[in-house]
Amino acid sequence: MHIALAIALLVLASILFHALSPWWQTPIASNWGSIDTALHVTLLICALAFVGLNLFLAYTLWKYRHRPGNRAHYEPENARLEKRLTFWTAIGIAGMLAPGLIAWHEYVTVPADAAVIEATGQQWQWGFRYPGRDGVLGTAAVEHVDADNPFGMNPRDPYGRDDVLVETNELHLPLGKPVKVVLRSKDVLHDFYVPHFRAKMDLVPGIVTYFWMTPTKSGSYEILCAELCGVGHHQMRGNVIVEDQRAYETWLGEQMTFGQMLAEREQQRGAGGTQLARAAPPAGAAAKAGGR
Amino acid sequence: MATIADDLRPLHHPKTWIGRYVWSQDHKVIAIQYGVTAIGVGLFALVLSFLMRLQLGFPGRFDFIQPENYLQFVTMHGMIMVVYLLTALLLGGFGNYLIPLMIGARDMVFPFVNMLSYWFYLLSVIVLFAGLFVPGGPTGGGWTLYPPQTITGGTPGASWGILMMMASLGIFVIAFTMGGLNYVTTVLQARTRGMTLMRMPCSVWGIFVASIMGLLAFPALFVAAIMTILDSVVGTSFFVPEIVSMGEKTGHTGGSPILFQHLFWFFGHPEVYIVALPAFGIVSDLISVHARKNLFGYRMMVWAIVIIGGLSFFVWAHHMYVSGMNPYFGFFFATSTLVIAIPTAIKVYNWLLTLWRGDIHLRVPMLFAIAFLFTFIHGGLTGLFLGNVSVDVPLSDTFFVVGHFHMVMGVSPVLVVFGAIYHWYPKITGRMWDERLARLHFWITFLGTYAIFLPMHYLGMLGVPRRYYALGDTVFIPDSVHYANMGITIAAGLVFAAQGLFFYNMIWSLFRGPRADPNPWGAASLEWQTPDTPPHHGNWGERLPTVYRWAYDYSVPGAARDFIPQNEPPPAQNPAGGPQA
Ligand code: HEM
Ligand SMILES: [Cu+2]
Ligand SMILES: [Cu+2]
Repeated sequence: MHIALAIALLVLASILFHALSPWWQTPIASNWGSIDTALHVTLLICALAFVGLNLFLAYTLWKYRHRPGNRAHYEPENARLEKRLTFWTAIGIAGMLAPGLIAWHEYVTVPADAAVIEATGQQWQWGFRYPGRDGVLGTAAVEHVDADNPFGMNPRDPYGRDDVLVETNELHLPLGKPVKVVLRSKDVLHDFYVPHFRAKMDLVPGIVTYFWMTPTKSGSYEILCAELCGVGHHQMRGNVIVEDQRAYETWLGEQMTFGQMLAEREQQRGAGGTQLARAAPPAGAAAKAGGR
Repeated sequence: MATIADDLRPLHHPKTWIGRYVWSQDHKVIAIQYGVTAIGVGLFALVLSFLMRLQLGFPGRFDFIQPENYLQFVTMHGMIMVVYLLTALLLGGFGNYLIPLMIGARDMVFPFVNMLSYWFYLLSVIVLFAGLFVPGGPTGGGWTLYPPQTITGGTPGASWGILMMMASLGIFVIAFTMGGLNYVTTVLQARTRGMTLMRMPCSVWGIFVASIMGLLAFPALFVAAIMTILDSVVGTSFFVPEIVSMGEKTGHTGGSPILFQHLFWFFGHPEVYIVALPAFGIVSDLISVHARKNLFGYRMMVWAIVIIGGLSFFVWAHHMYVSGMNPYFGFFFATSTLVIAIPTAIKVYNWLLTLWRGDIHLRVPMLFAIAFLFTFIHGGLTGLFLGNVSVDVPLSDTFFVVGHFHMVMGVSPVLVVFGAIYHWYPKITGRMWDERLARLHFWITFLGTYAIFLPMHYLGMLGVPRRYYALGDTVFIPDSVHYANMGITIAAGLVFAAQGLFFYNMIWSLFRGPRADPNPWGAASLEWQTPDTPPHHGNWGERLPTVYRWAYDYSVPGAARDFIPQNEPPPAQNPAGGPQA
């Protein structure tokens, strides 16, 4: 008997927990309201099923509990009932799948006017790259990575010279502009996750992955790594600063481009480096030869 | 079929104590060997979970839990629970014990291979535990073992630990293959006279389909393990592209980390059902027996098991929505995943409808079965969130996932396992357990696990990521989360301690429990109709039983008792019996 009561009370407790607990989605700060909608529709349908099925269970346990003289009803099957249940279940499933797929369609369709920025991951920090004046990210690959070229920029690619490189775990985004975030990892899997944006995607070494979103509220949001990447996984944090266009541009203007970085290194080397290092043509190779 | 069922030649008969209990070829002894070993390693995994909870509830309080230890605990806990406990226990343990008895056979068809299966399993466990002592300790790559990180610096156990893990898994797959071939062949070939497929109890159906699935799914894990070992030791590049690990290039080029994920989940998703289907089958039988009512919609239940088993090979990439695979796969895998929910829901309805208009005896095995219904409904529904692609995006890799899979494939099968142990204990040992201890064990375990795992869903909604050693200072995570974590840890401590009641009860009753009735629950299936309790070697004495009806003839109108054993011949003209095929 206790079990019927317990099931009913657990349903009640779950509802109360849902209503009263302080833990729920972080306030949204991106365009992904459609994901939240799909989630809420799913929650509603599932909650109805949860409450309905379990209350039916509790009632059944109470009503048909064993009492002396009771005998169970003999009914091997009831095809009509089973068909009807199947039908309504399919309706419920379709009801949550539809908004889910619609939101997913949006998620995989990057708007043509989205700005492109790149987030790179390595154990256990973030780096960011902006395409610069030409609006195009230069090519980059792990083969070019060395101490002086942490982003693995292709030294021969002219598009890369004006790319803005940020190594401080801090990403700035302009408010209200759709942005395609392309993701690259230098070592293992990572995942770019900002709870307020709802969006996330793995960084996979060897390939370039992406997702897109539009920040809709200015402020500072935390970036978490959401794919196990070793002992520092829980410390692989960053921040996104969403700000208006003017502030964003001011900030961007203060950052170094790849070209400027190369020039600066060249200068340092000019002061203390050898002739040989300066003579070597490709910048990446030179940097490597020069060392630090 | 008839040839084996009619074969009256004596089985191999062990003459020594060692032949009977150690190198035994008797399915019942092998089942107990499997069961005891699996529960032993499971206990270790439970201790690990408590250590993790200590760290999460009281971060930094325990010096011996450093980030690398935490990850090692997570990995060993997850892998042991899923593979070395649940798979081994449900198939090697219950499969071995129940199949021959439920289908009226004297033993498995390949008793020697069956014995080897256990010893390979034990070897895999030994290798797994040896991995705790290698330089660098066991792997901390998460139970999913995703490369490159499992074999590169920055992850604990990246050199030796991962090799031991992969070797152990490889041996486990060999053990499973030997067992699985046996279960499948035995079900197909050794059923006794009258035992048609559509008269088998659902327990056998669940174990049978799960074994077939295992035979198809485990090879993917096997090759993934070998390829990982090659990448790590020989320097091949199956899974590892050119990378800079800890400032140095590793020398790999061109491999694909996502390929590993496909292989892993092609195994890993069916694996969920390899654990779930036997549990589904067993719980169907528990509910029917203790509600004194035929299983409602038996044919639908069987077909649902088969369909779920088949479909579960087409949903694996729902674990990879945000893995960087081609995002268009999301449409297909979301649809296939939600379609699987339909046969699963039918099973739930039929369990509920089996109770409806029943004569429900709330004995301990039944309590566990009912608790399973509750937790499985909960876990099944939260699975729809994660299957529904876009909804998965914010939730994946958060504590919502941890809450979900513990509910659906941690707590639910474990509740069934407990129910099943209490249910068959009198048959296996010939003794009865203590009712009061068992009830106490039930209540703490059921309510305690819900208290552990319900709040986790909400932490996940908030965005708390999984596999985090510590949350540190994170602005969007309020202080209250810290109290939630403390509360969860306390509940985990209670549940952990309550398992002592179970072990005490099982061991004490083995020696001191009252003698059990051969069929204390009045069950109709064959295993309760053996001439001896516990059943002797060969199970059936002189003559194999003949089966006349399905396993669910409870409360048949007009029958004298409220159950009719499967081997009871029908009264002359009026054959009672359920639907037959
Ligand atoms: C009371 C019992 C249990 C407790 C308190 C518990 C607790 C935990 C905790 C704290 C984690 C790590 C969460 C994280 O940081 O990501 C975890 C992971 C996990 N647990 Fe359990 N667990 C329990 C039982 C089980 C059972 C019965 C299973 C069987 C399926 C299971 C399977 C797993 C798996 C597969 C993981 C994931 C490992 C990974 O992330 O690689 N657990 N558990
Ligand atoms: Cu990480
Ligand atoms: Cu899955």
